[in-house]
Amino acid sequence: MTAALKVEGLVKQYRQARALDGIDLEVREGEFFGLLGPNGAGKTTLINILAGLTRPTYGSAEVMGFDVMREYPQSRRALGVVPQELVYDPFFTAREVLRVQSGYFGIRKNDDWIEHVLHNLGMDEHADKNMRALSGGMKRRVLVAQALVHKPPVIVLDEPTAGVDVDLRQMLWQFIRSLNKEGHTVVLTTHYLEEAENLCERIAMLKQGRLVALDSTHNLLSRRLEHQAQLKIDNDPPPSIGLKRGPDNNWIFIFQEFTELEVMLAAIRTAGIKVLEMQLVEPDLEDVFTEIIRNA
Amino acid sequence: MNGFQTLLYKELLRFWKVAFQTILAPVVTAMLYLLIFSHVLEKHVQVYPGVSYTTFLVPGLIMMSMLQNAFANSSSSLIQSKITGNIVFVLLAPLSYLEFFSAYMLAAVIRGVVVGLGVGVVTLWFTDLPLMHPIWLLAFTAISTGILAALGIIAGMWADKFDQLAAFQNFLIMPLTFLSGVFYSIHSLPAFWQATSHWNPVFYMIDGFRWGFFGLSDVPPVMSLLVVGVCFVAISGFTLLLLRRGYKLRW
Repeated sequence: MTAALKVEGLVKQYRQARALDGIDLEVREGEFFGLLGPNGAGKTTLINILAGLTRPTYGSAEVMGFDVMREYPQSRRALGVVPQELVYDPFFTAREVLRVQSGYFGIRKNDDWIEHVLHNLGMDEHADKNMRALSGGMKRRVLVAQALVHKPPVIVLDEPTAGVDVDLRQMLWQFIRSLNKEGHTVVLTTHYLEEAENLCERIAMLKQGRLVALDSTHNLLSRRLEHQAQLKIDNDPPPSIGLKRGPDNNWIFIFQEFTELEVMLAAIRTAGIKVLEMQLVEPDLEDVFTEIIRNA
Repeated sequence: MNGFQTLLYKELLRFWKVAFQTILAPVVTAMLYLLIFSHVLEKHVQVYPGVSYTTFLVPGLIMMSMLQNAFANSSSSLIQSKITGNIVFVLLAPLSYLEFFSAYMLAAVIRGVVVGLGVGVVTLWFTDLPLMHPIWLLAFTAISTGILAALGIIAGMWADKFDQLAAFQNFLIMPLTFLSGVFYSIHSLPAFWQATSHWNPVFYMIDGFRWGFFGLSDVPPVMSLLVVGVCFVAISGFTLLLLRRGYKLRW
């Protein structure tokens, strides 16, 4: 099976800085894949190389089996990129922009698909407005539509929900999920880790141009060994039990094995303290991300 | 439409949507030059026998307007797209560098020709212009505007801000066009400046274009065509080389 995206030994050296430092990565066809990392980690550089906007110093990159340098017409046809920056052409309406973008890909009669995309992004009433007259959220929708106009098998969304309202986020994810179900591969970079956790099957993490983690979301979440229990109790516990004071009169207990929890509860009972409330807090992707990036 | 046709269409639509600025304004500017220079010099200067100064001036003004607008079209379109960031939509598409070059060049040539036609039509009110060699006129129009369109692509790629583009325009393109014999024959210049003018390719564009109207010129038209042709090949080749390397477009 052809990989949707494949990069091998990818290095990008700018004069002083090394943006990518030997990345090997493969995204399978039909995956919903997350690409995470702090600012300056190299996510956008990697996307730009895949899109042909940046040329690699060393290494190779392929989209649907097509080399992005040697076979750029095929690789670009296979890829739709939603850029991070809110860019637009001020001379045209949203519909004109989409028709022009279709034409760049040699698609002549694309109005039905354009209507479908506009409708699914809630743009019906704004399609014939000049780009300058659209709000930031509407401009962002047009950017998404531009990336989808040629029905690419691989869709890359570079922080598509940065600074957009809840309404658009929900609409966007609903549409992108439906495209993913139809077989489109989706690669997402975002700083909203909750989004990545909910949407992505696998996640790669970059730091300073290096790949520091690559695993399924489930495995990454279970990688974190520590669990946390939040308790409300009727009296201050002795320090030997190992509870720490948390916010809102809560007490925090951090443990690795659930048997430790049982021991702690027994000690509380022995001390004559009653547990009023208890809640288990499972680690989320933000905790995992923070831990991996800190230790990498 | 294929990618090339679409990019050409988009570029044409871009300048057509702001036609007051891109077509009407340069026609009015050329008219002002014609009114002022012909009023001041009509009775004092006769460059070619039997040709009034106003009539002499018109072909130069037409060519100058065409050149400046061909340059302005490709350069301003590119730098605007670079600065606003929307160049990314063209770069993400499966367009070859040859298609990119051809579309930007052809759109710039068309704008130059439209402005030239506008200036030509309006000057009909002022003078009767003979048309001795129309094929040569077309050849000089196409090749000369092509050169300036290619220079516009280079300038648009090179400049990172409007200031740099203005420098390219004001310190290179404007002097070359103004000091090319638009308003005078180089035979009226001192020997040093005559010799210097022969190093200015725009001089050959104007002189050859004028020959197309009058059948009179400062240098033989074949020589002008040769110089302009060589410049076209060299500048276009250089532009294609830059585009192929993705100079300042694909980092």
